[in-house]
Amino acid sequence: MEVAVCVKQIPGPDSPQEIDPSTGRLVREGQPVIDEADTYGVETALQLVERAGAGSVTVLSMAPGGETSGVRAALAMGADRAMVVSDERLAGSDALGTARVLAAACRRCGAELLVAGTESGDGYSGVVPAQVAELLGWPAVTFVRRIELDGGELRAERQGELGTEVIACPLPAVVTVTAGAVEPRYPSFAGIRSARQKPVEELDLSALGVDPAGVGEAGARQRVVAVRAVEEERGSGEVLEDDGRADERVLRALSEWKVI
Amino acid sequence: MLELALVLVEQAGPAPSSDGLELVAAARGIARRVEAAVLGGEGVAAETLGAHGVACCHELGGAGESLPAPRVAAALAQLVAGSPPGAVLLASTTTGRDVAGRLSARLDRPVLANVVGMELEADRIVVHNSAFGGTLLVSTRYEGEDPAIVLVRPKSFVAEEAGGQPASVVQAPLPGAGAAGSARVLERRRQELAGPALEEAAVVVAGGRGLGSAEHYGLVERLAALLHGAPGASRAIVDAGWAPYACQVGQTGKTVRPDVYLAFGISGAMQHLVGMRGARHVVAVNKDPAAPIFQLAELGVVGDAPDLLRRLVARLEAPGGAGAGDGGK
Repeated sequence: MEVAVCVKQIPGPDSPQEIDPSTGRLVREGQPVIDEADTYGVETALQLVERAGAGSVTVLSMAPGGETSGVRAALAMGADRAMVVSDERLAGSDALGTARVLAAACRRCGAELLVAGTESGDGYSGVVPAQVAELLGWPAVTFVRRIELDGGELRAERQGELGTEVIACPLPAVVTVTAGAVEPRYPSFAGIRSARQKPVEELDLSALGVDPAGVGEAGARQRVVAVRAVEEERGSGEVLEDDGRADERVLRALSEWKVI
Repeated sequence: MLELALVLVEQAGPAPSSDGLELVAAARGIARRVEAAVLGGEGVAAETLGAHGVACCHELGGAGESLPAPRVAAALAQLVAGSPPGAVLLASTTTGRDVAGRLSARLDRPVLANVVGMELEADRIVVHNSAFGGTLLVSTRYEGEDPAIVLVRPKSFVAEEAGGQPASVVQAPLPGAGAAGSARVLERRRQELAGPALEEAAVVVAGGRGLGSAEHYGLVERLAALLHGAPGASRAIVDAGWAPYACQVGQTGKTVRPDVYLAFGISGAMQHLVGMRGARHVVAVNKDPAAPIFQLAELGVVGDAPDLLRRLVARLEAPGGAGAGDGGK
């Protein structure tokens, strides 16, 4: 089975949490890493192909400057190849612009299943997978905690608002997995070494056949007009060490607030 | 003001969801006329929705065994084509997010996501997002054609009656969605939870990794029951299987605004803080004095979460002790 998996390369945990007030975009500095949310998608894709006993996993990523550091992490986990879409005209793309690129990349690699995280760790709008599914005309099963292939169909357990739903879904399809759906494997030393040799295809918009008008800043059709710090209504309050009497202090607070 | 706003209201039973009524309140702030597409439920709550200011309900009915999003997006696209609204508002529920994404692709409009506030500036929609766990507020102006697609975080707007007449009801059955609509729900396992609903509870007692083990989540539930509150959980322990997803507070879980939020062993990842920073009083208990949750806490205790939980439960359960009386609602 041919599976594609979306990987977002986001600023590492040590990079500044800032928004550039002039562009309204996240400040992205330093070496990007694979979004932790996507490692669950990669692991899910690998397991599905392993259990099917045939097929391959292709990593899809949209990134400025042909960035591959996060993609290599997915290849080191065991993915077979990657497709990285880089184009200056993609700067400022919103979710729909990103979805257009991923949908085109998914079509190009011939996958019958596209796996993604439920939402990215930095932008977290969480709408890209549904947009990709609609652009491809595919069904989507989101918030999946368990998945298996049953004949030509997916069988998945999904987190609904009111509890768990068991879903049957024909292929081709889009699936988003929650953190905790699987335990992402650590890349082995051999995996890291072989990742350097695996094919990474770098494409621009023309090669991918995506209309530049629908992506980038123009496609986003929205402008950040203000960024301001939220004033904390409560400053950091009283902090005490628990010397064995903190229960009394907590109960007194609860009583002041009329909870007890 | 916009002439018309369309909201998607999910109805799990005879009453509209609180998220849906919040959307109606948000829509009233930007549009003269509010119409609702009502999904699921047993009939349309035309009286309640009318009282909150909805003029007309489009009754979509239920999706039966199909996963609803593709068909709901198709229905909304038809309604938009029929009488074009200035904005379509949806709640950030699991269904709402999927519908917003699909509608966006269908209509070729961006999604304004994670919206916590909204206003009009010269008849242009400006939405507010909170970034970095709520420490920054980012305001974004929509510059595309109508309608704007706005995905609103629950508990960002206050549902309010406006004294309107019952809404008129028009049938708008869900269209098919072809292959996109081919995923089927085989089984629904509802999670029944005792006590008040997490989103409505006046007191939330939440636990995180610092509890140390799954068994200790029982202490969180016990304290919540003693305080007539609801148990909550961080994503980390829901992922670990210590607590059910229905208890998850945060970006991918519930947004809560209780009077009192007690966080036991929760460090305060950004994605958790966005779900609880609206609480009036916060008590945080964590071993790590540098845990970000202390930034929000009115009372912080540096210590062992399960140990303190055990002592609090014992004190409240002791006869004649500091037990919750009838005053704790």
